[in-house]
Amino acid sequence: MDNFEPVIVAFCCHYCAYTAADMAGSQRLSYPANVKIIRVPCSSKVDALHIVKAFEKGADGVYVAGCLEGDCHFKNGNSRAVRLVEYVQKYMDEIGIERERLEMVMMSAGMGYRFAQVATEITEKIRKLGPSPIHAAISL
Amino acid sequence: MITAERKPLEELIEYVRPYKRILLVGCNECVTVCAAGGRKEVGLLASGLHMALLKSGSAIEIREHTLERQCDPEYVDELVSMIDGVDAIMSMACGCGVQELARRFKGKPVFPAVNTKFMGASERQGVWAERCQGCGDCLLGKTGGVCPIARCAKQLMNGPCGGSTGGHCEIGEDVDCAWALIWERLKELGQEERFVEIMPAKDWRPGGGSGPRKIIREDLAE
Repeated sequence: MDNFEPVIVAFCCHYCAYTAADMAGSQRLSYPANVKIIRVPCSSKVDALHIVKAFEKGADGVYVAGCLEGDCHFKNGNSRAVRLVEYVQKYMDEIGIERERLEMVMMSAGMGYRFAQVATEITEKIRKLGPSPIHAAISL
Repeated sequence: MITAERKPLEELIEYVRPYKRILLVGCNECVTVCAAGGRKEVGLLASGLHMALLKSGSAIEIREHTLERQCDPEYVDELVSMIDGVDAIMSMACGCGVQELARRFKGKPVFPAVNTKFMGASERQGVWAERCQGCGDCLLGKTGGVCPIARCAKQLMNGPCGGSTGGHCEIGEDVDCAWALIWERLKELGQEERFVEIMPAKDWRPGGGSGPRKIIREDLAE
């Protein structure tokens, strides 16, 4: 697919990545429009079902963005989210979706530049991987 | 609670592959608590099966429903209105729930989605350990509340054996020696003398040794 534009869902913690996205905006930093942001109260609020449903509905990539290690607003939600992402990656192996399509990233609320950089890097990575097998099957 | 773990997706795909429409049934009791077959796991499995089959070019419709309790006929009756047009049923409950569905819906193939493991307790978040084997003649009152039947690898009535080292069983460092636990507990209770009492060989008949068991409460039974 030459003109493939991936659909990427980013679950962003209200206390860091979502604010970082705001920061990126006020700094006039651009990032790919492929990234669809869903604000969550903490990265640990994201459930396996949210991630799996995103892929089922045709997302090519998903990432969960939480606070820097040790900086979770709710003490340790971000480290729980890391374990959740690993758990879902194992399930993706079973389903037959490349685990690289799901990622956990960490940043602080002030890292507008990092937010834009992560969004760009993940979009490029997914673009190279091509459409997810589910997206491809739905489009047939 | 009765604990269970989801079967590998590969095995479940092979069960449902021949069918166009299945009913995936969870249970709100034990398998919900041990995160194996509750409403959330039903949703995850339905999505996983749907995607895995979509990938291999086949489509399947999966109806999802989670019963309050799958081992009671009264609750299973709820499924009657959902069963029309369904080719097969997959149950995420323990073996009791799977068998109840198979008994109730005789014309439909019923498949288990989980492996039922043991009667256990939660040690900490996400960790469950075996605590009871339903031996039918509970001796916890004599052993300081620690069960040597469920927690001693040899089910010794008079332990520990020579394989007990530093409180661990010889089968693995992560397994506590039940008899070491019993000793510690009896010491705490000031009942050390119980430890030297010789317990007779166990009668295994109430524990299933004389065939499948049944409880009949005559005041309740119809």
